[in-house]
Amino acid sequence: MLHIYCPYCEEMREEEEFSYSGEAHIVRPKDPKSLTDDEWGDYLFFRTNPRGLHHEMWHHSAGCRRYFNVTRDTSTYRIYETYKIGEKPIVTGEKS
Amino acid sequence: MVDPMTKYSGFSLFKHALKHHEDWQKTWRSPRPKKSYDVIIVGGGGHGLATAYYLAKEHGITNVAVLEKGYLGGGNTARNTTIVRSNYLWDESSKLYDHALDLWYGLSQELNYNVMFSSRGVLNLGHNLQDMRDIERRVNANRLNGIDAAVLNTQEVKEIVPIINDSADIRYPILGASWQKTGGVARHDAVAWGFARGADQLGVDLIQQCEVTDIVVEQGAVTGVQTNQGFIGAKKVGCVTAGNSGVVAAMADIRLPVESHPLQALVSEPIKPIIDTVVMSNAVHAYVSQSDKGDLVIGAGIDAYNGYGQRGSMHIIEHTLSAICELFPMFSRVRMNRTWGGIVDTCPDACPIISKTSVNGLYFNCGWGTGGFKATPGSGHVFAHTVAHDDPHPLAAPFSIDRFNTGHLIDEHGAAGVAH
Repeated sequence: MLHIYCPYCEEMREEEEFSYSGEAHIVRPKDPKSLTDDEWGDYLFFRTNPRGLHHEMWHHSAGCRRYFNVTRDTSTYRIYETYKIGEKPIVTGEKS
Repeated sequence: MVDPMTKYSGFSLFKHALKHHEDWQKTWRSPRPKKSYDVIIVGGGGHGLATAYYLAKEHGITNVAVLEKGYLGGGNTARNTTIVRSNYLWDESSKLYDHALDLWYGLSQELNYNVMFSSRGVLNLGHNLQDMRDIERRVNANRLNGIDAAVLNTQEVKEIVPIINDSADIRYPILGASWQKTGGVARHDAVAWGFARGADQLGVDLIQQCEVTDIVVEQGAVTGVQTNQGFIGAKKVGCVTAGNSGVVAAMADIRLPVESHPLQALVSEPIKPIIDTVVMSNAVHAYVSQSDKGDLVIGAGIDAYNGYGQRGSMHIIEHTLSAICELFPMFSRVRMNRTWGGIVDTCPDACPIISKTSVNGLYFNCGWGTGGFKATPGSGHVFAHTVAHDDPHPLAAPFSIDRFNTGHLIDEHGAAGVAH
């Protein structure tokens, strides 16, 4: 069971209150009609699915019902940070 | 060279019994990797070993290596709930899975290895009107495709599984089920070992503890793989790495439409024979069968988050067990022995990818998600054809990776058995 800090409620809550919504920071194309089939398929279906650091979207579905982002390691399941929609992650795995 | 295989039989068992079973031939060799091969299969699970076996058996390609980072059949092959069935909705997938089911029926004889395939039938329960409509539709589709299927009502389910709770007063009452009598279970390890032994006998090198760290591509064509045992050259590389497919694909700069999730399962303490079929329920999300050893083998749903950790969250297990206890109140006091997770590579349409790639000589067989075990022989069979001819087997052609760009998806979420 993951314990997740909701950045809106500012509380640590149990995983059952949340639902998972997949990879974060995927931007819907502004003009879908101008996209080729390859670009559209890529937007819809193709994901990075890394073994390691992953930025992902969660929904506090049994709480404040707001979306936020989580930086989590997909092999250890350790959560490094949670942050609001629109904010940028601090932990990116890239050396500064 | 390969020593001729000792044929397993009642007679050989008797003969070896006289020598206290001390001089059985090793089931397979453990060779050092050669400098290069015609084909390298990455991943020594059931699907990879089956691919190697059929490459050698049906296509005469014996200069083949299977590279496995751990031990043979130690990944999802060892972690699934061993259910075999082929009652999928769409023509493409029902043909693929039924091809596999046909192979299951002769597999023990084909491999001279008892894979303990037991066609004890599979029930898929329906708990509301929409479930039953979906079941009717799927059963009709199955029958049109020549797959054995029937719709049962509550009483008929009760006759097959007398211990099931058929009360109308439970939260999710059983309104009926689909029934595939030809489905069943098989011994998961034996499938991997049988294919491994068969492939080894035909000259395939099975190399364990050999982790592929990079796929070497020159001028758009694969030339080999880097491993922890050095570079191994290959004209063709077939990747059959399930949950790690995305990681392996990234080595060749290929993106896949798969996401890796933990899928949990558990077994109880061994009990006396109590359930002689397989009961699955998509809606309340539980499935159960009983192994020959006596333990109840129970499968849960996937954990929603991406994960490679081969474990999941406890509330998923809790949810599954509460469903099992409602369906089978008499199991409420059975103690659970072990739980574990496997990493499943789920596709957006719950169908596999059996495909060539943009790199010449590089092939992927992945995306089987929550239901790959049942397809093991068929998957290896069609993938071997695809690799050998550099052209998809007719049954594999619809499962090309291109479908995610052309839009020709094969939506099997309803028949996949595990809600996503």
